Amino acid sequence: MGKLIPLHHLPPGTCGKVSRLTAEGNARRRMLDLGLICGTRVEALQKSLSGDPVAYEIRGAVIALRSEEASQILVELL
Amino acid sequence: MGLRQVSSQEMAKQTYRIDCHEEDLVIALAGNPNTGKSTVFNSLTGLKQHTGNWPGKTVTNAKGKYIHQQRSFILVDLPGTYSLFANSVDEEVARDFICSGEPKVTVVVTDATCLERNLNLVLQVMEITDNAVLCVNLLDEARRKKIQVDLPALSEILGVPVVGTNARDGVGLRELKDAVYQVAMGEVINKPLQVRYGDPVETCLEMLEPFVKGIVDKNINSRWVALRLLEANRDTDNWPLQFPFLKLNNDSEILATLQAADRLLLQAGLNRDALRDHIVTCIVKQAEEIAQRVLSCEKQHYNIVDRRIDSVLTSKVWGIPVMIALLGLVFWITIKGANYPSQVLATGLFWVENKLTGLFMAAGWPDWLHGILILGMYRTMAWVVSVMLPPMAIFFPLFTLLEDLGYLPRIAFNLDNFFKKACAHGKQALTMCMGFGCNAAGVISCRIIDSPRERLIAIITNNFVPCNGRFPTLIALATIFIAGGRGEAGQTLVASLSILAMIVLGVVITLLVSKILSKTILKGMPSSFALELPPYRRPQIGRIIVRSLYDRTLFVLSRAIIVAAPAGMITWAFANITSGDISILQHSAKLLDPLAHLLGMDGFILMAFMLGLPANEIVLPILIMCYMSAGQMIELDSLQALRDLFAANGWTWLTAVCMMLFSLNHFPCGTTLLTIKKETQSMKWPLITFAVTTATGIVLCFIVAQSARLLGLA
Repeated sequence: MGKLIPLHHLPPGTCGKVSRLTAEGNARRRMLDLGLICGTRVEALQKSLSGDPVAYEIRGAVIALRSEEASQILVELL
Repeated sequence: MGLRQVSSQEMAKQTYRIDCHEEDLVIALAGNPNTGKSTVFNSLTGLKQHTGNWPGKTVTNAKGKYIHQQRSFILVDLPGTYSLFANSVDEEVARDFICSGEPKVTVVVTDATCLERNLNLVLQVMEITDNAVLCVNLLDEARRKKIQVDLPALSEILGVPVVGTNARDGVGLRELKDAVYQVAMGEVINKPLQVRYGDPVETCLEMLEPFVKGIVDKNINSRWVALRLLEANRDTDNWPLQFPFLKLNNDSEILATLQAADRLLLQAGLNRDALRDHIVTCIVKQAEEIAQRVLSCEKQHYNIVDRRIDSVLTSKVWGIPVMIALLGLVFWITIKGANYPSQVLATGLFWVENKLTGLFMAAGWPDWLHGILILGMYRTMAWVVSVMLPPMAIFFPLFTLLEDLGYLPRIAFNLDNFFKKACAHGKQALTMCMGFGCNAAGVISCRIIDSPRERLIAIITNNFVPCNGRFPTLIALATIFIAGGRGEAGQTLVASLSILAMIVLGVVITLLVSKILSKTILKGMPSSFALELPPYRRPQIGRIIVRSLYDRTLFVLSRAIIVAAPAGMITWAFANITSGDISILQHSAKLLDPLAHLLGMDGFILMAFMLGLPANEIVLPILIMCYMSAGQMIELDSLQALRDLFAANGWTWLTAVCMMLFSLNHFPCGTTLLTIKKETQSMKWPLITFAVTTATGIVLCFIVAQSARLLGLA
């Protein structure tokens, strides 16, 4: 198993596999609703002006997440 | 703040009280945001609900009717949601309506280019109701991206009818109506696929279901209710669960069974949070599995074009400059294009005025009647039409084009960090964009923001973007005072740049005020933010033009005229009823003069803003009438004449700038204030909005006017 990093540290253009969510409550459910379950492949696409938020490809959709949320998603670098 | 409580239950009740005959069949339309749901709705019902390429567009819930095979169907457009777990007001509203048993059939609209994520919602809807129909929309976009969807196989797997559509071009709608009809009439019996949750969840469900069956309506899926009971948090105020169909009065048998189920789940390591995770994971996995079976994609990188466009439009370097340039271009085209038709309209309408005056003279009607009807009512309306119509007719289609292409979420993406620093929600940028059309619509669109605190901030600050009622004022003043005296090309350019500067200023003020609100009366941190950047779509030029002319331009214009007519009459009366030597109007203006002077304006301008409370559109016409009644009766058929009129009343560039600033920053119009009251269910927030916006304008104008005078610039 590769090293676990928070999603917002995933460099644009690279992919990661969701390993664990550290968010709780409503925020966690929202992430799950986006399809971010264990094993989901996520690609970091593009940083915005100041590097936050970042656009990710998640299950065919492009979703922008702020670093507060992305930091609660641990991914394994692919 | 009390927003949330009001919103869910009350809103569901208010919005979905379906007034229909018994023989009408109620159909719910559900779907993820941005799947073309509104387009499906419009195509089926012929209603022109506004649609746009950004998530969360359906903010006011629409109902429409269509007839198929001699039966009438009432179609209810639910808010777009990703799931039905009631994480937000919208989800709660959608879920409550589907499970209320009211809709005969629930149609789930999905995006063929993003089917896997959409299936998540489909599976959840199928848990609540057997009577679901799946509509796979945007097939043409999928074809363009070389994505194939095996519709028969999908229908086979899901156990419900599946119809492929291309709602924009009307493809597949007949089949959709047929499928809905068959399910509604019981000609087709669905056997919807049920997501399995494995042991011990399934065992618990079996334990609970018999009891649940006893207390819920037979239309409601007892398995689904049992599942919700299992995952509900019984320690919070939300217990017992309140569904429209279910009032659980701490029924002892059910409670005992639930406790037994809890023990079973805990043994398997499933506490409340883990159970919820497990449920969602099972659904997502099921969706993934189905997608793998029915989707085939020829091109691996089918989104490559979108990615390339995004790499410019949302890039660190180009994102903001491109955004400002695009907006500037829109204003340039608007001002340039509106110039000539405005003059033609003005000339035409004042020619009619002369003819009407001639008629009055010939008929020998009294002067006061001529004054109130022609000089008051007609003239104000003529001004509203000639000043407002051309810019709106150009600006709206252009703006709708940007919206249709899918550019607005990119604006939100680019600006998000600023909003985060202001402790506000990223989607506030979207509500801000809606404010360009109409602030009342902008306030309603704030429903896409879940957090009550951030929603209130977005509502209060929405007025800092100029609506179309204020644009013509800004354009006229910028053209004649700031850009005046240059060649025609230079004039248009400078005017566009001035308007652009005003908008940027409006955004900066929005951010500053949001920040101040976040640190004072609406304390808090920014909440979570996930924004979908939908695929770019081919714009529908024809529809854009029709839609923006009918829905927006004519709607706004007619509202303005309706308000302008009585306002014109009243203003004329005030201007001509004298007390002592001068009219009531002049008395009041004199009273306001000292304050107005401090703000770089005069008493008439302030009064025009006050009289313009019903609608911002009439501020300029009222002002013109005020000045004209004070003596000079001139033919006003060009911007030059307007400039002369203002100059004769002591205007300088500073007066124009201050009026523009005050136009951008003053109390919202009556409609917007009423909308705020409705949206927040309290008188407090419209009053606060009134105070915040007006105070901003007063402070700003005071600083500008006093500094300019101190520096000897004016």
